[in-house]
Amino acid sequence: MIQAQSAIESSGVTPSTAGIIETQTLEVSIGPQHPSTHGVFRMDVVIDGEVVVKLKPVMGYLHRNHEQLAEKMTWLDSMPYTDRLDYFNSMANNWAYALSVEKLAGIKVPERAEYIRVIVAELTRLLNHTVAIGFLLNDMGAWFTPVLYAFREREKIVDLFEAVSGSRMMCNYYRFGGVRVDFDEKMLAMARDIVERYPQFLDEFEKLLTENEVLLARTQRIGILPREQAINGSITGPVARASGVDYDIRKVDKYGVYGGLDFRVPLGEVGDTYDRYYIRILEMREAIKILQQALCGLPSGPIIAPEVKLRNFRVPAGDGYGRIETPKGELGFYLVADETGKMPYRYHVRPPCFINLTLLEDMCLGHKLADTVVILGSIDIVLGEVDR
Amino acid sequence: MIPAIEQLREATLVAAPGASVEVVASTPAVQQLSLLVDREHLFAVAKFFKQEARFQMDFCSCVTGVDYPAKADKPGFIEVVYHLYSVAQKHGPIILKVRAPRELAQCEVPSLTPLWRGCEFQEREAYDLFGVRFTGHPDLRRILMWDEFTDHPLRKDYQPPLDYEWEPTPHGETLARARQMGGLMPPSASAEKLGSK
Repeated sequence: MIQAQSAIESSGVTPSTAGIIETQTLEVSIGPQHPSTHGVFRMDVVIDGEVVVKLKPVMGYLHRNHEQLAEKMTWLDSMPYTDRLDYFNSMANNWAYALSVEKLAGIKVPERAEYIRVIVAELTRLLNHTVAIGFLLNDMGAWFTPVLYAFREREKIVDLFEAVSGSRMMCNYYRFGGVRVDFDEKMLAMARDIVERYPQFLDEFEKLLTENEVLLARTQRIGILPREQAINGSITGPVARASGVDYDIRKVDKYGVYGGLDFRVPLGEVGDTYDRYYIRILEMREAIKILQQALCGLPSGPIIAPEVKLRNFRVPAGDGYGRIETPKGELGFYLVADETGKMPYRYHVRPPCFINLTLLEDMCLGHKLADTVVILGSIDIVLGEVDR
Repeated sequence: MIPAIEQLREATLVAAPGASVEVVASTPAVQQLSLLVDREHLFAVAKFFKQEARFQMDFCSCVTGVDYPAKADKPGFIEVVYHLYSVAQKHGPIILKVRAPRELAQCEVPSLTPLWRGCEFQEREAYDLFGVRFTGHPDLRRILMWDEFTDHPLRKDYQPPLDYEWEPTPHGETLARARQMGGLMPPSASAEKLGSK
């Protein structure tokens, strides 16, 4: 190419007359207001033709200094604010915060509350993965048909959450030492009904998608994330497991009653977008297994530790880090309590979505611009959590 | 399994001779002790934990800062906390802490991004919100606040500027603060203006 150009220059013929078009890279800003960015997220992409040569994520459009807000109120006051981190999984966010405070204060949770926590957290996992797959298909151009199927099923889970906590999305359901409301027979029947019917829905969903030619063409060998790179980049959750990283905090830390429940951790082999899609289907099937066991083994008893005071709750001075496996990855809270112990001295959220974006550029390089949208969709981000 | 914290400390001292390593305790319930390392040896200590076959800390989970302003007897400092885990051996955490002075010119800590790529965004966040400069970071820019922003909002002495979300009420906290700081409007003028409405 260079030789050809210099030959043209020496002959004095301009490139356009010789039929060679000089090309240059083009910088495109995708977002922040764009349907494919799942919120207010921006990607600065440099493309050479259709191929991505550089990509920088730009975030902070939804930043509301969540951490500072929590440092100015009591421990329990920020529980409803954790709902707003990842607004699809408020139940999981509540758990991570409650777990961290319980760790710091040394509170033991009654067994019935632990089981209820597992039930709502695994229902959240079903909800999140279903919706994530729906929106992933949206990004591929299957405009809202899979999302509609996903939302049909989500509706049933959200109805149950409303019955239990009074709110469909901002549940605010966990309390330090337990949960707020007990499951009665009607709610348990609703939960059993969901668990019983979910496998049929998954079969239907898979029939539509798993071997769909368009989905295969758009996802296989796209956005490969090698295993070592995923670990080094602190990638967690289904994205890491799709790359073959055998790390599930439910298995490693055995928090709650997960140590006594029987389930497997599905792993991907290639680490491409297809694996990230399929790992979510497999995790939902495992979540159903967990739910069946938790609903069968739900013991009777109190739902909140009796020694925990709701008013004037104080935490001894010290610092602690608690983490759980939310549907999107490792959600951790690093909390520091000072001598007064009335409110957090430092409250830090370790958000899975934010950190999973670290390797977005590496996944997208060399792929077409249209594929970056699909790769971003397969990471499954929520901007409420990325920007905090 | 990770050995007791005292053994960890000794292993660290062998790996990084001359380092000052202290054990920092938390509440008894947490059972997470951390190692306070000096700034000069942080990188060497972190590298040791990553490469040593006994630990294999290949996963840096959480990076954050904590601000401790000066008290009557002690100077203030900013503490940066790293939580290291091992995916290969499924153990952890080893918690490393490092302290830097609060003055912006000296608030520097070596970056661990060359060891763990996962620190990249989290160190940028700590820089943005606490003003800690991570030396050796490949791309240290603000990440959550906008580029033109000049302060570091998670520091304990941070004062939000008066010129946005300004709601003057004659008896409001904002107005009292505005008066104290010289205000946007002269106190008498603003009171009159509001009083006449």
